[in-house]
Amino acid sequence: MDKRVDSLAEAVAPVQDGAVVMVGGFGSSGIPFGLIDALLEQGATGLTIISNNAGEKETGIAKLLREGRVAKVICSYPRSPGSIWFERRYEAGEVDLEVVPQGTLAERIRAAGAGLGGFFTPTGFGTLLAEGKETRMIDGRGYVFEQPLHADVALLRADRGDRWGNLSYHATARNFNPVMAMAGRLAIAEVRQLSADALPPESVVTPGIFVSRLTEYGVRP
Amino acid sequence: MNRLNDADLARRVAQDIPDGAYVNLGIGKPTHVSSYVPDGREVIYHSENGLLGVGPAPAEGAVDVELIDASKRYVTTAPGASFFEHSDSFAMMRGGHIDIAVLGAYQVGSNGDLANWATLDRTFPPAVGGAMDLVVGVPSIFVMMRHTDRDGAPKLLDRCTYPLTGLGVVTRVYTDLAVLDIAPEGFRLVELTPGNTLEQVQAVTGAKIHS
Repeated sequence: MDKRVDSLAEAVAPVQDGAVVMVGGFGSSGIPFGLIDALLEQGATGLTIISNNAGEKETGIAKLLREGRVAKVICSYPRSPGSIWFERRYEAGEVDLEVVPQGTLAERIRAAGAGLGGFFTPTGFGTLLAEGKETRMIDGRGYVFEQPLHADVALLRADRGDRWGNLSYHATARNFNPVMAMAGRLAIAEVRQLSADALPPESVVTPGIFVSRLTEYGVRP
Repeated sequence: MNRLNDADLARRVAQDIPDGAYVNLGIGKPTHVSSYVPDGREVIYHSENGLLGVGPAPAEGAVDVELIDASKRYVTTAPGASFFEHSDSFAMMRGGHIDIAVLGAYQVGSNGDLANWATLDRTFPPAVGGAMDLVVGVPSIFVMMRHTDRDGAPKLLDRCTYPLTGLGVVTRVYTDLAVLDIAPEGFRLVELTPGNTLEQVQAVTGAKIHS
């Protein structure tokens, strides 16, 4: 088994127009900047992006928004200092937005990867973000039904990987990457260092079964 | 009226953080609370992006660009720290494992409702982050904010007018003018900033303060 591919371009080649694409990362940490740049070059458009944030300045997801490749963003926190391209596209009505509480976002992604049909959470009960959703009282407390969130593709950033697709992470660059690896039908990882040897099993955070292909991108932002 | 400055407000909140607590500090002013926890108390800070045991800012030249907190600032790890992925991080928050959260707010209702994620301005894209998950799971929700908004309008109201983050979730409110608990009858006075009278504070509060 060998899931390694030679380049970022080869890694993202299968992404089609209209794809639902998960992008790992939180703030500037754990974002697969190399894969996003390769996707920009590859040209896929009409994308739905699922990520915690909606890009900053002229980097990452902001580049996809700038180039008009994004039809919809599903995230918890689209607004941050420097999120100019998201704000411009949003104000012009050129991109749809679905805001999801951050823990619900992570759990909806996990549910998809874990084969669950959804879950009841107290998060958001009685608020705008629960409007139109099924609710249930459980032990006297209100819960909201949330559906799994699937994706055609997950773009991931990890620290180290091996040919079996096993991944390990550095510091807080882990964040959404492990759950997105589970939920993406095609999970693509860029790793700072591709190990010639198998990663020590106890250091593996994302087991290779969740990863479709990986490539080395040594730049740490 | 006498108003606490931001540092003194953070110092006042920090007095109520006990030894051994697991604490989540919201973005903005609440992040300063950790600087004022009295010596001798070990407090473990949780950051929603996957770090338990947030340490101080790194020394110049020792920045790890992949080690950040929820405010996206560079941090370090404290002794005993751990890293984890997002669904574990929110299990800590939603699952009742964190003891105290300190959050900012636009408005607080006398029934403990919290509004801190969206205003009524529809052109402004809403951003919720982890606030809704935090308030349903953490037993003690401390709100830290100015008593009134920029225009002098009350932020402590009988009922919030902005979209809610959570219903009946606030435990205690720390403002520049007073500290108030959410009690069954509504806002209950804990203390006034020295030099202020209850009548003065009541005059800039949108609901009755019980004493």
